[in-house]
Amino acid sequence: MTGANSFSVSGYGPERAGWTRIFARDSLARRLDWPILLAALALSLIGSVLVYSATRNRTEINQGDQYYFLIRHLMNTGIGFALMVGTVWLGHRTLRNVVPVLYGISLLGVLMVLTPLGATINGSRNWIVLGGGFSLQPAEFVKVSIILGMAMILAARVDAGDRPYPDHRTVLQALGLAAVPILIVLLMPDLGTVLAMVAIILGVLLASGASNRWIFGLLAAGVLGCVAIWQLHILDEYQINRFAAFANPDLDPAGVGYNTNQARIAIGSGGLTGAGLFHGSQTTGQFVPEQQTDFVFTVAGEELGFLGAGLIIVLLGVLLWRACRIARETTELYGTIVAAGIVAWFAFQSFENIGMTLGIMPVTGLPLPFVSYGGSSMFAVWVAVGLLQSIRVQRPMSA
Amino acid sequence: MTNIPETGRTPRVQIRLVVIQILVLSLLGTLGGRLWYLQIREGASYQKEASGNHVQQVVQPAVRGSILDARGVPLADNETRLVVSASRTDLLKMKDDGKAVLTKLAKVLGMKPEEVMQKVRLCDAKTPQPCWNGSPYQPIPITDEATPRQALQIRERSEDFPGITAEPEAVRRYPAPGKSNTAQVLGYLSPVTDDEIQQAKDTDSPYLRSDQVGRSGLEREYDKELRGKAGVTRYEVDNLGRVIGKAKSDAAEPGSNLVTSIDSRVQRIAEYELNTAMKKAREQYDKITGENYKADSGAVVVMEAKTGRIVAMASAPTYDPNVWVGGISAKDYKKLTGKDSDYPLLNRAIQGQSAPGSTFKVVSTAAAVEAGYVWDGGYPCTSSYSVGGQVFKNFEGENFGPISLGRALEVSCDTVFYGLADREWKKDGGINPKKGEPKDYFYKAAHQFGLGKETGVDLPNEVTGRVPDRQWKEAYWKANKAVWCKTGKKDGSYVEKIAYENCLEGNKMREGDSINYSIGQGDTLVTPIQEAMIYGALANGGTEYVPTIGKAIVSADGKTVKEIKPQVKAKLPVSQATLKGMDKALAGVITSGTAAWKFQGWPQDKITLHAKTGTAEVYGKQTTSWLATYSKDYTVVMTIAQAGTGSGASGEAVRGIYSALYGVQADGSIDKKKALLPTPQKGLPKVKTDGTIDSPKVSKDPVKDLQKAEEQGATAPDETQPGATTASPTATNRNTRRRPRRRGSRRMLT
Repeated sequence: MTGANSFSVSGYGPERAGWTRIFARDSLARRLDWPILLAALALSLIGSVLVYSATRNRTEINQGDQYYFLIRHLMNTGIGFALMVGTVWLGHRTLRNVVPVLYGISLLGVLMVLTPLGATINGSRNWIVLGGGFSLQPAEFVKVSIILGMAMILAARVDAGDRPYPDHRTVLQALGLAAVPILIVLLMPDLGTVLAMVAIILGVLLASGASNRWIFGLLAAGVLGCVAIWQLHILDEYQINRFAAFANPDLDPAGVGYNTNQARIAIGSGGLTGAGLFHGSQTTGQFVPEQQTDFVFTVAGEELGFLGAGLIIVLLGVLLWRACRIARETTELYGTIVAAGIVAWFAFQSFENIGMTLGIMPVTGLPLPFVSYGGSSMFAVWVAVGLLQSIRVQRPMSA
Repeated sequence: MTNIPETGRTPRVQIRLVVIQILVLSLLGTLGGRLWYLQIREGASYQKEASGNHVQQVVQPAVRGSILDARGVPLADNETRLVVSASRTDLLKMKDDGKAVLTKLAKVLGMKPEEVMQKVRLCDAKTPQPCWNGSPYQPIPITDEATPRQALQIRERSEDFPGITAEPEAVRRYPAPGKSNTAQVLGYLSPVTDDEIQQAKDTDSPYLRSDQVGRSGLEREYDKELRGKAGVTRYEVDNLGRVIGKAKSDAAEPGSNLVTSIDSRVQRIAEYELNTAMKKAREQYDKITGENYKADSGAVVVMEAKTGRIVAMASAPTYDPNVWVGGISAKDYKKLTGKDSDYPLLNRAIQGQSAPGSTFKVVSTAAAVEAGYVWDGGYPCTSSYSVGGQVFKNFEGENFGPISLGRALEVSCDTVFYGLADREWKKDGGINPKKGEPKDYFYKAAHQFGLGKETGVDLPNEVTGRVPDRQWKEAYWKANKAVWCKTGKKDGSYVEKIAYENCLEGNKMREGDSINYSIGQGDTLVTPIQEAMIYGALANGGTEYVPTIGKAIVSADGKTVKEIKPQVKAKLPVSQATLKGMDKALAGVITSGTAAWKFQGWPQDKITLHAKTGTAEVYGKQTTSWLATYSKDYTVVMTIAQAGTGSGASGEAVRGIYSALYGVQADGSIDKKKALLPTPQKGLPKVKTDGTIDSPKVSKDPVKDLQKAEEQGATAPDETQPGATTASPTATNRNTRRRPRRRGSRRMLT
């Protein structure tokens, strides 16, 4: 096993020239998963253009500066990139040791949202306003810490070689770890994030090799939970309405169904090649609400058409495909679970986000990874990319 | 990477990871499929929806074109008024359907609250006027006579008046130049209805919700030309309706101006003369009915004889067309259309019909010549004509002995025409006509003269009149047989007897029918415009023109002029020789015939007038008077219902019109300076490129001008002229049915 220390290039042998070293057979650069990195970068840059297109005329939110959101999206991408580099540098195994700390911090974060420090936006109290135009969505980071935390618990004894699969007790512990933040997020209430977390838990449990009973049990619990939520009126009226509008947007085209309708019109009118960047009338006319965040895909649909919007899906597909390969090919269960959790997270969020703009999923406030405007989400997904890279880099080179 | 050595992972995990991978990819595949479905398969329909989404239409209504008289004086134009309107959609959003707001508004405007509320309700079958029959989405005008103060009050306290606007708007105006009214000819406007919008949707001139549509008269006939095309600017708007771009814009095309052949001064004279004649007739005593003449309606047409162009057309009773502007009030509407009204909306010059009386004899004369009777033959003018026990009397029983056709026309000898018509009826086979076509010369002539159908004048809803020929009798009998046979009694009252006879043989042309028909009595009906067309043809040598009022359509900038050329309708079936004979005979009516007592002192050598009087019997009513006349250039036809004889009722009035046209003074001298229109108006008024119109100044009232001139010029011939007592030579007057009026000082307005 050379993987562990091949990361730091050893001191013996003649020093190689800079670029040769980078592209040396066993170098870090050679071992990075470039398709994931490039896909993530491409999605972020496409996102910045779409965000710019959606916000350049929205004077009521861009403070009179048409580049306000563009600059911030690029800044977020830069910070996200740096976070990824940091994560790779630290390595997921190092992070494994500080998981309890990370978990504690993120839990504190979501709890703070419920205090007077939190702010309610679009009916969900899931923001912490930091001032100076910055705000945080701690729930995004919780997703990372749930993945890391559950992976730590579930993989501990398996990776130690004690057992082939995590036992029931371990699974229960892992679920308990995830349940706390989920319940808090449910209080906000932020249905989308809860659903994303449930998807993550499913992915994590699947990858951990936990008994099928847990998988099906969880699915059943999820269905029962939905029924219970419906019946006990835990959800607000608007959230139920969103579901109704998803089923039939024509029921109330000026109200709840408005988003869905306008989004579908925007995308549908794009055709094969789209109206051209900055030429979409639906986008310019600001008919689609939340277009720089949750409905950013509609900008692509309208202005870039089937080719542009399809490219986003293809890029996401490349990213997820590579992430699945990383999960399959890494040596330890810990890495596998983390990678699978990330796959579940990205896949669910992408499917839900794009699906709701296409009218095949109910409307919930979930960002499209890399593309939607929003710092917290951007940071979290780049950290996830860093984790994937770290898992890939640290697995033994076969052949 | 093929072998997976010393990992803690088991096949279970491995399989599950593959499952996750497949699941993830199929999810993305689903998205791609759905994307394809929306963008490629359904793309076109979404594109359509998107374009409808963000385009707002702003309509700039086109300014309606003016209606001008022959010299360019506006008879109908537009003025800017402060219009207060209410939006029904906004009012209905309020709890009390806007009652409180309307009540407040009524107070500001000084109107009754009920009146305001009636104006904003929608018309339907059960709702009487006033009500709004335009689109419910269009602001409904409540008044167009708001003072600037009232408008300010409403606009400054807009929060107190939600849904109410006060804006300056171009509003139709009928300025009545020189007191000319021209109401029925001009017509009126009212808001377009939803049905009309639907119907005209795909034509080349669709309506806008805000449009006013011509409902009668010229406003309706030339609606398309006058209306113009509203400008539509399509703006791209954002979700809040803010404009983000201009998509497409069609500039408003103002409506074209309609130049008519009406001369507002002559129109005023004609209206005044008609009105005066009716007033005077009401002072006359009718011996037959034992009461004064009712003279309840009348019409006059002044037409250019050589073109068919109408110089003046008046109908009485009349109304002020301005009552329609800005929505008509309940009271006004009832006055115009109610049961007790005298239906002033009717243009009796084209919609009033009655038997023509002796004015029809020109047709009978032509028919006789056509049938082969020699012009100069001696036709017995006896005092009466008997047919099978029935005696048809000559009017007042005169006996002229054998006379020519011309003389018969001049002295209006009924018995000559009785005899001729009777002979023809017998030739055609009598009550049971021969097989094969009966010749029916007298009926054929009427059709050839254009009776029994519309003249085609450029006004809507013209009536046809009626020629009671065999076909009509057959149809009429079929339609009424059941009633006649039910009510008819052999020995009943007059009406019952008639019904009985009609039941038996109403479908047959009876001898009496033909005899009555020959002198324009019985079932024949004509309109004043038909008479004008016929007498115009006599004046111009035998050509009937389609009467026209529109002379040209001139674009708002005056650049394009579409002239409306006179159109030949028919040639009279009369030879030039016969025409000359009729011309001479009709001139004789002025000099020595039935109209002579009203035309004493007329400079006949300089301005030759021709005339035929007529007095039509109407069952159950007083007689209808007709006076059909022509000069070289003009035809003037006047008719007044329930007013006695043609010359008695209308003689002075028609003379007044000619005097004004030619500048004839009371003493018979001609003052060319005072002549309003000695020759018909040629050329068109000029419309400048900026839309203004070169038009002469119009005096306040041409009638007053003439009267003033009269007072200065002629020294009181009015008082000395004793009128009918000395001026009515019994010999020439006898053919009119009624005794000439005893007194009736000759009006010297001319």
